[in-house]
Amino acid sequence: MGTGQDPRLLRRLLRARDRMDAASHEEWPVSRLAEVSGVSEAHFARSFAQAFGVPPHRYLLTRRIERAKALLRDTDLPIIDIAFETGWNSLGTFGRVFRDVTGRSPTELRACERSASHALEEVPHCYVKAAQRPDLTIAVSEKRRRDAGDNGDAEQQSEVP
Amino acid sequence: MSTQVQVAGIYVHDQDEALGFYVDKLGFAVHTDARNGDYRWLTVAHPDQSGFQLGLFRPQAPLVDDATAASLNEAVAKGAMPPLVLVVDDCRAAYDRFSSRGVEFTQQPVERFGSVDASFRDPSGNGWKLIEARR
Repeated sequence: MGTGQDPRLLRRLLRARDRMDAASHEEWPVSRLAEVSGVSEAHFARSFAQAFGVPPHRYLLTRRIERAKALLRDTDLPIIDIAFETGWNSLGTFGRVFRDVTGRSPTELRACERSASHALEEVPHCYVKAAQRPDLTIAVSEKRRRDAGDNGDAEQQSEVP
Repeated sequence: MSTQVQVAGIYVHDQDEALGFYVDKLGFAVHTDARNGDYRWLTVAHPDQSGFQLGLFRPQAPLVDDATAASLNEAVAKGAMPPLVLVVDDCRAAYDRFSSRGVEFTQQPVERFGSVDASFRDPSGNGWKLIEARR
């Protein structure tokens, strides 16, 4: 079902999403995204979440993890290089968020992906990426909380990398 | 005996706007533009591929009800419609040509998998992959 949002507004919100897709390693504060969309900062985050089902920064997070997964799979880059190249400022944050989202550490994922064979070359790259996008429908902090049970030791982490 | 796809359509928010985009910016030509009251059957074809028409259709009555039409317009504007692929001889040259005409690229040409590809969107939100034919 539709969200009742004006298609012209949605098209402009899509522009902001496209820009994050094209440069997910960059910083995307709401002010920058709102400017791309021609929407006020006050309305941007809510409009984006309503349109795309996730808040803008969580969307950015999934794109970064997705790129990191591709780099782990397709290159021999050291993990620290992948962390910085995909937009994190610290290896620790990258590793923690990566595990929260994918359930595995970057090292584990790389080993696992490499042991499987792939035949994806015939599919345009962006669609391959879309198909492998992590399905992050809850906040990372919430996912961490659920994974950790009720011991409450991981509640204060920021979602935004 | 032969079988060919003759028309495949996409949904657009505004047919005049779409016509301007596909004809003036991408180099398609109008194939059929027929009106019946409020309904408009609009297709374009590329000079290099005369046997295939791309339909530029508006979700509208009597084919769908108003609420469905609104949902479809939203889906298009959110980039939720299926992928489209345009194959060219030279992706970078096409990128230069199209972007000079104001086409909104969402990804610049990148070389990978033995080819070069870029991405752009039409004014409604339909996403196209621009891929260089492998030689």
